[in-house]
Amino acid sequence: MKNGSLLPLRLHDVSFAAGGRTIIDGISLEIEAGRSTIILGANGAGKSVLMRLMHGLLAPTSGRVEWSAPERAGAPRKQAMVFQRPVMLRRSARANVGYALKIAGVPKSRRATQVREALDGVGLAHLARRSARVLSGGEQQRLALARAWALHPEVLFLDEPTASLDPSATREIEAVIRAFDAAGTKIVMATHNLGQARRLGDDIVFLDRGRLVERSPVDQFFSKPQSAQAAAFIKGELPWIG
Amino acid sequence: MDWMRRLLVFAALAAALPAAAQDKFIVVASTTSTEQSGLFGYLLPIFQKKTSIQVRVVALGTGQALDLARRGDADVVFVHARSAEKKFLAEGHGVKRFPVMYNDFVLIGPKADPAKVAGGKDIVEALKKVKSAQAPFVSRGDRSGTHIAELELWTLAGIDIAREKGRWYRDTGQGMGPALNTAAAMNAYILSDRGTWIAFKNRGELGIDVQGDPRLFNQYGVMLVNPDKHPNVKKELGQAFVDWVISPEGQQAIAEYKIGGEQLFFPNANQPGA
Amino acid sequence: MSEAFGTALRLLADLDPKLVEIVLLSLGVSLMAVAIATLLGLPLGAAIAVGRFPGRRTLIVILNALMGLPPVVVGLVIYLLLSRAGPLGALGILFTPAAMVIAQTVLILPIVAALSRQAIEDAWREYDEQLRSLGAGRVQAALTLLWDTRFSLLTTVLAGFGRAAAEVGAVMIVGGNIDGVTRVMTTTIALETSKGDLPLALGLGIILIAIILAVNAAAYLTKELAQRRYG
Repeated sequence: MKNGSLLPLRLHDVSFAAGGRTIIDGISLEIEAGRSTIILGANGAGKSVLMRLMHGLLAPTSGRVEWSAPERAGAPRKQAMVFQRPVMLRRSARANVGYALKIAGVPKSRRATQVREALDGVGLAHLARRSARVLSGGEQQRLALARAWALHPEVLFLDEPTASLDPSATREIEAVIRAFDAAGTKIVMATHNLGQARRLGDDIVFLDRGRLVERSPVDQFFSKPQSAQAAAFIKGELPWIG
Repeated sequence: MDWMRRLLVFAALAAALPAAAQDKFIVVASTTSTEQSGLFGYLLPIFQKKTSIQVRVVALGTGQALDLARRGDADVVFVHARSAEKKFLAEGHGVKRFPVMYNDFVLIGPKADPAKVAGGKDIVEALKKVKSAQAPFVSRGDRSGTHIAELELWTLAGIDIAREKGRWYRDTGQGMGPALNTAAAMNAYILSDRGTWIAFKNRGELGIDVQGDPRLFNQYGVMLVNPDKHPNVKKELGQAFVDWVISPEGQQAIAEYKIGGEQLFFPNANQPGA
Repeated sequence: MSEAFGTALRLLADLDPKLVEIVLLSLGVSLMAVAIATLLGLPLGAAIAVGRFPGRRTLIVILNALMGLPPVVVGLVIYLLLSRAGPLGALGILFTPAAMVIAQTVLILPIVAALSRQAIEDAWREYDEQLRSLGAGRVQAALTLLWDTRFSLLTTVLAGFGRAAAEVGAVMIVGGNIDGVTRVMTTTIALETSKGDLPLALGLGIILIAIILAVNAAAYLTKELAQRRYG
């Protein structure tokens, strides 16, 4: 592990409750660098909340989220997140990427080049000046990935990034995610889409009703699920398997 | 944000323009009847041309004008209610009272004339008739010079109007112009100063019913606000205005002001006991 | 009524210098008040929108209620403050355009602050997670939201201007309606009405309404344009 690396990320018996309901119930896990991790589960299993707890957008009601190199407040972030619905400012595509770089403290002179690189990487260079919010859903999500790419994060969280997109847009997004992975960024992605999990994941973390039920490498998970819930989930989605 | 900066500069200029136009100015608290008759519009440019002093008139009712001066917010008062002015002097807020001019009040009434007072020369009799006919009567009710005069006339008629008024007596709390508007709309009787009436355009069916009674005299007085009590008063500039208004030149200017050929105000600064 | 229109058109065509002076002063006073209220109100609205502090919700309720401040009450309070007998009398700005600007600023500051708070808080709900994910602190977020909601904020500012240009109670009391110094469109209309010169008053009223209509049209078109271009 590099010195000052965020990973491994350790969750110590993390719980989260809101409105009287327990959404995450005593999850402990360790996420290391390297293989891409898929948080898998049905809708309502707590995937989104778990992602936000890890990324720091929510504070656990009990338990601890521990990064190996603690983040200092005000310092540029070494992790980024892409949400299910991309959130863009009322500015051009390139200005949105530039904004992220500004927050990260990149000096103005270097921003333009990095923005261009990021947009090229996702194939959006020709839309650089277009207002971000009038782009299509798939284009905006690619822009969100470009924005994350420009920051060169150590960890990239993705919360069901293709749930609102059509198949061709989904393919484009998955290609970019693979590129992130190839470049060494740790991918942590939540999805309920089994096909996507198989395509992109190395390591499956399976949630059921707020609990961590099973964790195994992807091939093993699909061929020999250890828990009844996992088996049922797989069967429910792909009824012709086992 | 460049547009914002330009906006601020423009606004600052626009707001500063009138204030910057005059270095020397005084604030004169006067009455709505004087303002609305147009006298000041005629008189003040003459004074300004002679002395380069801008006169800023705040027009309120006599009571309000004197109260304004009591707070030190005016340099000179120019009103028409001798009793209120004497009280003001006695309290130490004014330096000395000078009579300036007079006009008269007239009793205005509807063409239908339910109280049968048209053409009369006795205001006290007319008011008695208005009351017994219970004809609608609009009062200013605002402690103005006109209002004070009206109350004094009811007293002369032997009527305690505060206790004896009925629904025919409409106490509006308004200036002369708005009160005339109300009277025109209601076809009511109303006591008005001649100056405002002549300049008033929305007469409806109203006309002058009683005039010429000496008790309808309306005397105007001018006072410099006491600089000993209110140190911010511009006493030289204010005194210059007072002096001019009672000077032969000022008095002549007052006499020359006419509407439709008719003189509105009669200068009488030299009249003893006015 | 037709006499009023005729008077209005004649006034405009002749470009009577008195009329021009009155209109310019009205615009100057209200624009200045809007400028100051915006400078103070937008940051205030943004701070309340993204801030978290005890009593925040009470403050929001009070701010919303202050939008309905009666102009004549504001005028009275400012008059008492600026009167020679009052605490700020030494400034000597009673019965000058400066006093009118102050009164109108006090009148529309709550409008700008309350409406901008609403717009920014709505945007904050949309952007909150993304901005925090990127590492933006509260102040940075507030500034970003101020710029991002700029079109809604422009509408808010124009609403403030409309309110200022249309009111008569505050400027009448603190300005004194002095001919050539503090006489604006609304106080002139009040004066001419009280003199019974209704066609002139109506004519001025039509001009005033035309100005306010133009301001509202500008607000609407801005919003439309922004929506189409920026989404």
